[in-house]
Amino acid sequence: MKLRANLIIGGALFALAILVGLLAPWLAHTDPVMDANLLNAEEPPSWTWWFGTDDQGRDIYSRVVYGARVSLTVGIVSQLINSVIGVALGLSAGYWGGWWDDVVNGLTNVMLAIPSLIFALAIMAVLGPGLTSLLIALGLTNWSFTCRIARASALSLRSQGYVQAATVLGYGDLRIMTTQLLPNMLGPIVVIGTLGMGSAVLSEAALSFLGLGVRPPFPSWGSMLSDARDQITTAPWLSVFPGLAIFLTVLGLNLLGDGLRDILDPQSRSRRT
Amino acid sequence: MTGAPLIEVEDLRIDLDDGSRRVAAVEGISFRIDRGETFGLVGESGCGKSITALALIGLLRQPLSIGGGAIRFEGREIQQLSAGRQRELRGNRIAMIFQEPMTALNPVSPVGRQIAEMFVLHKGKSWREANQLAVEALASVRVPAPERRVKDYPHQLSGGMRQRVMIAIALACGPDLLIADEPTTALDVTVQAEIIELMRNLCAERGTAILMISHDLGLVANVCRRVAVMYAGRIVEERGSADIFRAPSHPYTQGLVASLPRLGSRAALGRTRLKEIAGVVPAITNFPHGCRFNPRCAHATDICRTTVPGTDVLEAGGLVRCHHHA
Repeated sequence: MKLRANLIIGGALFALAILVGLLAPWLAHTDPVMDANLLNAEEPPSWTWWFGTDDQGRDIYSRVVYGARVSLTVGIVSQLINSVIGVALGLSAGYWGGWWDDVVNGLTNVMLAIPSLIFALAIMAVLGPGLTSLLIALGLTNWSFTCRIARASALSLRSQGYVQAATVLGYGDLRIMTTQLLPNMLGPIVVIGTLGMGSAVLSEAALSFLGLGVRPPFPSWGSMLSDARDQITTAPWLSVFPGLAIFLTVLGLNLLGDGLRDILDPQSRSRRT
Repeated sequence: MTGAPLIEVEDLRIDLDDGSRRVAAVEGISFRIDRGETFGLVGESGCGKSITALALIGLLRQPLSIGGGAIRFEGREIQQLSAGRQRELRGNRIAMIFQEPMTALNPVSPVGRQIAEMFVLHKGKSWREANQLAVEALASVRVPAPERRVKDYPHQLSGGMRQRVMIAIALACGPDLLIADEPTTALDVTVQAEIIELMRNLCAERGTAILMISHDLGLVANVCRRVAVMYAGRIVEERGSADIFRAPSHPYTQGLVASLPRLGSRAALGRTRLKEIAGVVPAITNFPHGCRFNPRCAHATDICRTTVPGTDVLEAGGLVRCHHHA
């Protein structure tokens, strides 16, 4: 039952990350920003400082816990924006076809041709660093894959008997798209959404690493890694723990996406019924 | 309503445009259906009966389009109506059920919801009322325990049950015309009889006219008062359904009737071969000149190969399109 293991481990890791983010004020030992104390600078991990401290004496454990909030917010919200844009464009393009399909296709090709991180960088450069611009930048740059899938599903679903039946029964276009097409393509869309969340977490880390993410001193996993760069030989715990947090969250999301794909796949679904 | 028939098709032509040229897939189609009447359209695959039905509800899509003639619903031309008006007709005044009950229902939506949606869409009911009406609609098509069945998904129902649900959806808004395109082809023979019976009774109760489309002459004649036989895009004969068996007039219809096994006949007992019609149906891009049946017709003469036969009125009632009709 490899299929179940995917889903359970992935779901558990993702749930854990969300829980940590939600319960940060209770889980953290110290305030992640204010409790700097140079007397405790660069302590290695110990019973007092679980994950060690940084060069300003801030508790890495508390900062990682609070960092979950930024990473997950960015991951979830930006991917939601991507999914909504991708589904809206892809679904309508596949269903209507014609010039609108050409426009959407062209747009998708352009988006696929530009590396999304570079595009996000450009948007960040215009909007300036910060959480909101991070959400906008990542939310506008990763929808092309969702769009492709939605379009392909809409194209094949459009010729299904029940979609034609709905037309014959007098359903309007919007109603057909929302009641007939969307529910039937939700499986792959959800899977891609989960995988996309993982890559959004990574993109957040990358952008924060480049100094374009959340403004210091507020912690995010990416910016913590960025700060730890200079001390990677002298104080490896500074990069190991935020790195581990990113790794486990992304791994969890990928496993979850994999597991969801297994159960949402129409073929395995028909096997169950 | 005035004396206008419910639906009237006059000299309809449907073009097939494959990009380089246009050919008429269907032409010279004329028939009328009155309120509460039952009318059958019979023909082999590809003779144009299904696209004629699609034209009636304004749903021809590229590469097909209406090339001429008129379709009038209660005296109003359907092509003249706006897209929105056409949509109001569909499902509400003109409903349709399909050949494949397996694929005509949305697999991710409970059947009750799919029925209820019709009341919400066309009658402006609230979902609460609509759900209640859906249970009643399901009961009217004799689905047992409808209040539990409304929550079922299509894959939990058998083929016959699904077709009952389709009928419930189609008749939900009390349409004036029900188009049934091969409604029972995918079902077992016993279930087929039940479904046909149900459809006929429900429509008779509510005064809904039926346009039934099938390749099964016997089935259509059983359900419908009048039958039109199509061959290669034209109606070749239109008769009362009893007459068509007793005295078919067009050579094609004669061939069809002769090819049916009859209970107790020598053919059914296996002593003689069933009659067949020699040859194959011509391709749509390659219809013969004159009467399209002439290459397969035993009575064909020169005029059949050069001149398209007109529609003649038979003394016994009915119409036939043949130069040498009986």
